Amino acid sequence: MIGLSHYLLVSAALFGLGLFGLLTKRNLIAVLMSIELMLNSVNINLVAFSRYTAADASAGQVFSLFIIAVAAAEVAVGLALAYAIYRGRGTVSVDEIDWLKW
Amino acid sequence: MWAEFSLTHAWLIPLLPASAFVLISFFLLSSPWLASRLAIVAMGSSFLLALGAAAAVLTQGITVEAPFVMKTVWFSMPGLSVDMGVLVDPIAATLLFVVTLITLLVLIYSTGYMAGDPGYCRFFAFISLFAASMLGLVIATNFLQMFVFWELVGLCSYLLIGFYFFKVSAREAGKKAFMTTRIGDFGLLLGILLLQITFRTLDFAELAVKVPAYVAENGAASLTFIAILIFIGPVAKSGQFPLHVWLPDAMEGPTPVSALIHAATMVVAGVYLIARSFAIFSVLPGALTVIAWLGVFTALFAAFIALTQREIKRILAFSTISQLGFMMLALGVGSLTSSMFHLMTHAFFKALLFLGAGSVLHALHDQADIFQMGGLRKSMPATCLMMGTAVLAIAGIPPFAGFFSKDEILVAAAHVSTPIYLLASLAAFMTAFYMARLFILTFLGKPNPHNHPHESGLSMLVPMGVLAVLSVVGGIIPFAMGFGEWVRFGPAHHAGIDWAVAGASTVISLLGFALAWYIYGGGHTRSNDLTIKTGALYTWSFNKCYVDEIYQWFNRTFVGGLARLSFWIDIHALGAVVDNAWRGTGAAGSEMRRLQTGQMQQYAAVMLSATVVLVILLAALTGSLVKGGQI
Amino acid sequence: MSLPILSMILFAPIVGVAVITCLPQTAGRMIKMVAGGAMWVCFFLASLMFVNYDWRVGGVQFIEQLAWLPDAGASYSLGVDGISAPLTLLMSVVGLSGIYSSWRIDKRIKEYFILFLLLVAGVAGAFVARDLLLFLLFYEVVVIPMYILIVVWGSTKRVTKEYAGMKLVIYLLIGSGFMLAGVFMLYVLANPAGQRTFDMTVLSQIGQSGVIPEKQQIVSFFLMMLGFATLASMWPFHYWSPDGHAGAPTAVSMVHAGLLKKLGAYGLLRVGLLMVPVGFKFWAPMMAAFGMMSVIYAAFICLTQSDMKYMVGFSSVSHMGYIVIGIATADVIGLNGAVANMFAHGIMTALFFSMIGHVYNTAHTRDIKDLGGLAHQMPKAAVGFMIAGMASLGLPGLLSFVAEFTIFTGTFATYPVVAVLAISGIILTALYVLRALADVLFGPRLTKWDALPDLKAPEMVPLVLLAAFLIGFGMFPSLLMNVINSGIEPLTPLLVKIKTAATLCGGL
Repeated sequence: MIGLSHYLLVSAALFGLGLFGLLTKRNLIAVLMSIELMLNSVNINLVAFSRYTAADASAGQVFSLFIIAVAAAEVAVGLALAYAIYRGRGTVSVDEIDWLKW
Repeated sequence: MWAEFSLTHAWLIPLLPASAFVLISFFLLSSPWLASRLAIVAMGSSFLLALGAAAAVLTQGITVEAPFVMKTVWFSMPGLSVDMGVLVDPIAATLLFVVTLITLLVLIYSTGYMAGDPGYCRFFAFISLFAASMLGLVIATNFLQMFVFWELVGLCSYLLIGFYFFKVSAREAGKKAFMTTRIGDFGLLLGILLLQITFRTLDFAELAVKVPAYVAENGAASLTFIAILIFIGPVAKSGQFPLHVWLPDAMEGPTPVSALIHAATMVVAGVYLIARSFAIFSVLPGALTVIAWLGVFTALFAAFIALTQREIKRILAFSTISQLGFMMLALGVGSLTSSMFHLMTHAFFKALLFLGAGSVLHALHDQADIFQMGGLRKSMPATCLMMGTAVLAIAGIPPFAGFFSKDEILVAAAHVSTPIYLLASLAAFMTAFYMARLFILTFLGKPNPHNHPHESGLSMLVPMGVLAVLSVVGGIIPFAMGFGEWVRFGPAHHAGIDWAVAGASTVISLLGFALAWYIYGGGHTRSNDLTIKTGALYTWSFNKCYVDEIYQWFNRTFVGGLARLSFWIDIHALGAVVDNAWRGTGAAGSEMRRLQTGQMQQYAAVMLSATVVLVILLAALTGSLVKGGQI
Repeated sequence: MSLPILSMILFAPIVGVAVITCLPQTAGRMIKMVAGGAMWVCFFLASLMFVNYDWRVGGVQFIEQLAWLPDAGASYSLGVDGISAPLTLLMSVVGLSGIYSSWRIDKRIKEYFILFLLLVAGVAGAFVARDLLLFLLFYEVVVIPMYILIVVWGSTKRVTKEYAGMKLVIYLLIGSGFMLAGVFMLYVLANPAGQRTFDMTVLSQIGQSGVIPEKQQIVSFFLMMLGFATLASMWPFHYWSPDGHAGAPTAVSMVHAGLLKKLGAYGLLRVGLLMVPVGFKFWAPMMAAFGMMSVIYAAFICLTQSDMKYMVGFSSVSHMGYIVIGIATADVIGLNGAVANMFAHGIMTALFFSMIGHVYNTAHTRDIKDLGGLAHQMPKAAVGFMIAGMASLGLPGLLSFVAEFTIFTGTFATYPVVAVLAISGIILTALYVLRALADVLFGPRLTKWDALPDLKAPEMVPLVLLAAFLIGFGMFPSLLMNVINSGIEPLTPLLVKIKTAATLCGGL
């Protein structure tokens, strides 16, 4: 049967994909998309747990709603930052955005 | 009545000149007449008090064993209690008399000698301070009080030797005096501290009882060591070899200073210290032997150098060192009486010699080389007569003062040790010789046409006259009045003359005169030949046996070397630790800041790894990895 | 006295700071007068306190106590005993002299006096505090104003003033770090949680009663010693001091040598000896040896220095060596001498720096090689130099002699070899002092210095005040020694116990 572990595997896979993208993608927008993936994987995780184990079924789902809201806000800010950087420096390549260093 | 008052108020004796110093320094620095008169009045009053105290000693029968003491606590704490007070006994009374009298005479002399000098008021202030310090030293009741005034006397000597501070030679001489006596003070201080921790007291009267008792029980070894440490102080202060080097240079000071400090008063402080604590030294034969032999060596050594010196004050300086050697040697052979007697008579004739030299220098506008003088007896008859008296006194010709005191010393030496007696007699011969040489070359013979001398004024001649009279009768009168029954340590000494010794010493002195006349009497030719013939000996003597040069070499090499080494260590060794620490920190910082690459993904990777590590650690520590989850 | 006199002494400079903050930048003269006024009040109160201290009764007097952090056991607690009363007086004298020696400052006057008064207030607080946390607070307060004062108003000679200031502050802070570790170790070990206190009297009793195990006492004292001994410029932790002196402006050097170093020695005594006596006993022989090294090593270095401030700086390291030795003897006489020397040396070094400051302000050089014959142009300053120099030598008639003699007596009984070597320091001291005096003051008149003015009224104040204390207490030492003894004598049972107690490793 499809049990909790299947959902967790899916969410782990998504998280891993997102993490891989975060660490390796060269484009800033792609990094932001990877972050979104990770956040969504966490959402799956929460909903799965709330369905299969939690006494109060709504707790995990409410938390996911929060995360969706926060993720949206964060992406908005992130994209605005990316756009400002592109306008100022002409690049969105993560490798080249290293000015906050020694 | 006066005697009683003087005795109970003996603390006024140093206080009066001290007040004169304070008043002159604060208010009278621009009034020469007032300053000098104030100093003289203060000193005169001290002199009268000193006479009164001496009278009290005689009439009340105060003895060395049972002195008059008044004291108060200066500061105290458990285990250390220091007093300040007054101790009057025949020895102290003798010194009080000598110091106040000579200071008074020198002050009167200085009104003439120092007239017109821009530092006139400063001079009288410093002399007053000096007198106060010296008198405080004389009446000290304990070692620490004596040490306090001992150092103050040293300070005054520094200030007065360096009186003409605009001259480099004077300022260096003052520094040298202070430094040399400081080395002596180091030994003295160690001795005092050892006494304090051994006996818990520094009081002369108490130690006079405790020390002999201790030595009787425990033997003399450790105490002899302490006594020799204490003796190092007098070695420097009283110009014994090898710490005599400051005395000749001290002649940079004005002549009245030389007369007062470096002839009659300060330099005898060392002799006085030993005399004051003679109760300690008398039970330590080892220490006495050291004192005696060093004394006689100093007497010979200084006399040897005096034979060839050309500057009049320098000859007198070495003569002082030599005579101090005699005083020490007297103490070393156990005769307190003869030492104190010689101290007194020496004060008279040496002060007179210096004042006379001052008179000559004043007249010749500071021409000091005796070989450039001559025939001054015609132009300065009074000075000549008085200096002649002093020469006869110092050579020990009867019935002048020096005869009695020196005779006593030679007698005492003869009783204890024949070698010392013979060496002392040799020194006496040399004394007569060089003093006669000085007199002959300065006053006799043909006058030097470059010089235009004139006799000195009354302000200078009268004090000299007083001293001249004392040089004549200052021996025979105390002798007849029984000096040895009052100023003594142990059983009373009979006042008798050992005609063998007395006769021998007179003959020796006359021989010295004769030899001097032979060499210097008829012009300089014989002396010049002698200079060439004696070659190396002459050079050694003239260059003061190179002691100064040895000290300077030592100072440059060792002291200077250690100083430079310490500074090098500070900057390069200790400093290197600190400086490399900050440089190292800086370098580490420079390297570590490379971690801030600005690469966001790198930061994310680091955060990830850290989180993983932390989770593993936490799980391992709390054991949940092992338990197996409930998933 | 029902007046809270110690709080008044502590707040006098702080009130001065407050008033000066309200004055405009340009009112230079007014600022100086306010600063001087604040310190005169402080001095007057401190003298009143000292005179009213009843040495026959002894103990801690003029106690004030207010709750501060009851949960931590800290209170605003002030009081003086025989040891801190003279030091409080010293603080006010040196502080006042410092104000007048700074009279010629013309750059950023307002900031200067604010910082200087804060510095003095910090020292004041440290000396009168009876609560350990309060003491630590003030101990830290003094270091920061030093940095700013040196870096802004200092002078660059062998090293830059930035280097000198930075080195001083960081070195001292590192030392304080260790010291704080040691103190908090003591705080934690003295009482179980919930009952902990910072009260010095209570901590002393606990420390002396043996509640804290020996090993911990040894470690705790070692940490404290690293801090306090650094501030007291004990060899080899003295390296911050000479450059710190040379780089600082005159009055800051006066406070540095005259007060700060005494604070370190005071800490060794008050916190070290009284609260961790076993640890103290273990490290005492090493402290005595290091103190002796300070005396001799620094005295030798003085001979090589041609900058007068470096010379006096190393000389203060040397003299602090005597004080450290005195404390290390753990002997009634030695401790009496150490506290007396803290007072004497504080005054003497303040006088020396004040005179050097005058020469530097007028001649713009401190180099002995350039100067000479100054007694012709400035006789009053020459007198000041002479008094300071003679005090440095330990001339009797000045307080330093009494203090040094007492230390020597105490040391001879406990550490004879150290004593002999340390006493030989008097010869070296004479050598460098006389050399400096001769080369700077005496000799032929140098016409290039003919335009130099002698001491005017503001500079005369430090001279008269400091010389009066040196000579007054020098001639009548019981006035000071009685007070000090009333603080040290009650420690006799503790000191006897220390001398006879066996420790883990039998000491070094």
